[in-house]
Amino acid sequence: MAGTRGDPVIRVAGLGKSYRTAAGLFPALKGVDLSIQPGEFVAIMGPSGSGKSTFMNLLGCLDTPSSGDYFLTGRNVAHLRNDELAILRNRTIGFVFQGFNLLPRMNLQDNVALPLVYAGSDRETRRARARTLLDRVGLAAYADSLPSRISGGQQQRVAIARALVNQPSLILADEPTGNLDSHTSEEIMALFGELNREGITIVLVTHENDIAAHAGRQVRFLDGRIVSDMATPAHGAAA
Amino acid sequence: MIGPMLGEAWRAMGANRMRTALTMLGMVIGVGAVVLMMAIGQGAQYAVAQTISSMGSNLFIVISGSSTISGARSGSGGGPTLNVADAEAIAELEGVTHVAPTHQGTRQLVYGANNWNATVIGTTPAYLDARAWSIVSGHAFGDSDVRSATRVALIGKTAAEALFGSEDPVGKTIRIQQSPFVIVGLLGAKGQNLDGRDQDDTIIVPLTTAQRKVFGTPFPGSVRVIMVQAAAPELMPQVEKSIVALLRQRHRIREEMENDFFIRNLAAAADSAAETTRVMSLLLGAIASVSLLVGGIGIMNIMLVSVTERTREIGIRMAIGARQKEILTQFLLEAIIISVAGCLIGLVLGVGGALLINALTDMVIVISGTSVVVAFGVAAGVGIFFGFYPARKAAKLDPIEALRYQ
Ligand SMILES: Nc1ncnc2c1ncn2[C@@H]1O[C@H](COP(=O)(O)OP(=O)(O)OP(=O)(O)O)[C@@H](O)[C@H]1O
Ligand SMILES: [Mg+2]
Repeated sequence: MAGTRGDPVIRVAGLGKSYRTAAGLFPALKGVDLSIQPGEFVAIMGPSGSGKSTFMNLLGCLDTPSSGDYFLTGRNVAHLRNDELAILRNRTIGFVFQGFNLLPRMNLQDNVALPLVYAGSDRETRRARARTLLDRVGLAAYADSLPSRISGGQQQRVAIARALVNQPSLILADEPTGNLDSHTSEEIMALFGELNREGITIVLVTHENDIAAHAGRQVRFLDGRIVSDMATPAHGAAA
Repeated sequence: MIGPMLGEAWRAMGANRMRTALTMLGMVIGVGAVVLMMAIGQGAQYAVAQTISSMGSNLFIVISGSSTISGARSGSGGGPTLNVADAEAIAELEGVTHVAPTHQGTRQLVYGANNWNATVIGTTPAYLDARAWSIVSGHAFGDSDVRSATRVALIGKTAAEALFGSEDPVGKTIRIQQSPFVIVGLLGAKGQNLDGRDQDDTIIVPLTTAQRKVFGTPFPGSVRVIMVQAAAPELMPQVEKSIVALLRQRHRIREEMENDFFIRNLAAAADSAAETTRVMSLLLGAIASVSLLVGGIGIMNIMLVSVTERTREIGIRMAIGARQKEILTQFLLEAIIISVAGCLIGLVLGVGGALLINALTDMVIVISGTSVVVAFGVAAGVGIFFGFYPARKAAKLDPIEALRYQ
C-alpha cells in the first residue's frame, strides 16, 4: 500500500452495525476505521462471526450502517436512499458471492448482461458486452447454456463476468472460493489478480491463508473490530 | 427497459405453465361471464325496448268501470260506461292526437276448411295511427266503413299464416260468427306485447261491424275501452287530468262519487318494464363481476406465492442494481399479462357463448362494443389492482434479507 496516494476508493470511519434480534440489539460491527486506495487488493480475514460479511454488505451498499460514515469514491453513502444505493451497486460496485447467485432460468449471456438491463443499455450493447466478458473469463462457448449445465468454478467465473460488465471501479467478493476446490480456487484467484493488475480495486473475504496471499494487504477482524492490518509479507515487498 | 422485462415475464410464466394457465382461467371465466351476462342483459333490454316501441307511444287506455277491486260496480246496469260519443269528445281535448274506441274479444276465424282462434278488435281507423301499425299489403279501412258497418277486415301476420299459409290473404273472404268478412289489408308484424301475447294473432274490423256481427252486444255504441294517444310524453299528465275532468262532467258524476272509469298509462307500464329489465341486466352484470373479482384474487394469490418463491432472485437483482420501481414493474407486468391474456380468451369465449345461445335459442343477445371495452378495461384494472400489492411487496424487500432467503 506504500506509495498509492489520492482519494481512497473506500474510507469508513467509526462504522457500526447492530442487528435487531430477539434478545435485543446485537452489535456485529463496533466502530471500524479503514481506507482502501485505488488499485489495492485487500483480503479480509477473521474467525466465523467476526463481522466480515456484515462489513462487506455495508461496503457493497446492500445494507446501511447503524453508525459511522462510509465514503465511496469520496462520497458519503451511509444515508443514501434505496434508489441511489441501487445505482451505486449497478455502476460502481461489482459483487461476487460465495454461492455464485446466478439466475437459474437465464442463459449465461443474459445473466452477465443483467446489470446492463438495469443500467438502461440497449440490446446490442448488452449482447456485445456480455460476449466480451464471457470471452474474457473463457466461457464464450457456453453463452447460451443455463447455469446448471456448468461447474461451480465456471459459474463463479460467470458471476465475476457479471460483476465486471458495467466496468465498476471496485469488486467486492465474500468468500468467492468458499464453495470451490483448491485447484479451481487458484484459477479464480488468478483471475482476480489479473483484474487487479488492470487497476480494479478488489476487496475479498477468505478464511484461507494461501488465498489471502494473493492480496497485497490483509485486514483481520475479531469480534466486530479490526485487529490487524498489514501488507502481505512477500507481496508487500513486490508492491 | 420494458423490452427485456416482457421477455422475463414470459420466461417466469413459462417456468410454471400449469400455474399460469390456472390463474389465467380465473380471469377467463370472470371476463367470459361478464361478457355473456352483459350480452344477455342487454339483449333483454333490447327486446323490451322493441316491444315497447311496437306498442305505440304516449298511450292511455281508458277502461269502463271502477278501478276498485269490486270493479263490477258499473254505473248503468252492467253495460259499459263509455261510449263512442265520449271518444269523440276526448278527441277534441288539447294535446290528444288519436282516439280509438275499441271492443275486443277472441273469436274463431274460418277460411274454407281452416279455422283459427284470434283476437278480434273492433275499432276505428285512428287505432292504427295510435299504435303506429302499418299495412304491408292492401289498405286500411276508413271512417266510412265504420259508419256503414261494412264487413272488411285487416289481418295480423300470425292469423294470416294460420289461415292462408303462404297465400296472399288480401281479397280473401273469411267467416267470423257466420258473417263473411273481406280481408282488405295485411298488418305489419309487431311481435309480442309486454305480457308476452302475440300481437300479430289479431284481426281488426270496423267497430260497428264488430258490435253488430261479431260480438252482438246489447249496448251498441257503448265500449269498454278507449285508446288515447297524447301528442308528447310531457303532455301525458295534463291529458290524463283533462280526460278525467271531461268524463266526470259527461257522466254527471257528483263531487263525492268515484269515477266510473279508470285510466291506465301504458307509457308508465312500459317504463317500469324497461326499468325491470335494466335492473335485471345490472344484477346479471354484478353477479358476473363477482367471478371477475375472484379471478383477480386468484392472480393476487399466485403473485404472492411467486414473490415468496423468487425472493432470492429478487435479492440478486437488487444486488446487481435493480431499483425498487424496476422490481415493481417486473411483477406488475406479469400480473397484467396474465389478466389481459385471460381477458382476451374470456372475451372470445364469452362472445362465442353468446353467439351460441343466440343460435340455439330464441333469446335476444346484444354484444355491444361498450361491454367489450368495459370488460377489457376492468380486467386490466383487476390485473393492476391485484398485482400491485404483491409487486410492491417484492419491491420493498430488503436486499440482504432477500439474498439470505433459502
Ligand atoms: N441478520 C442478522 N440478524 C442478527 N444477527 C446477525 C445477522 N447477520 C449476522 N448476524 C450476526 O452478526 C455476527 C457477524 O456475522 P457475519 O455474517 O458478519 O460474520 P462473518 O464474519 O461473515 O462470519 P462467517 O465467516 O461465518 O461468514 C454473527 O454473530 C452473526 O450471528
Ligand atoms: Mg460471512
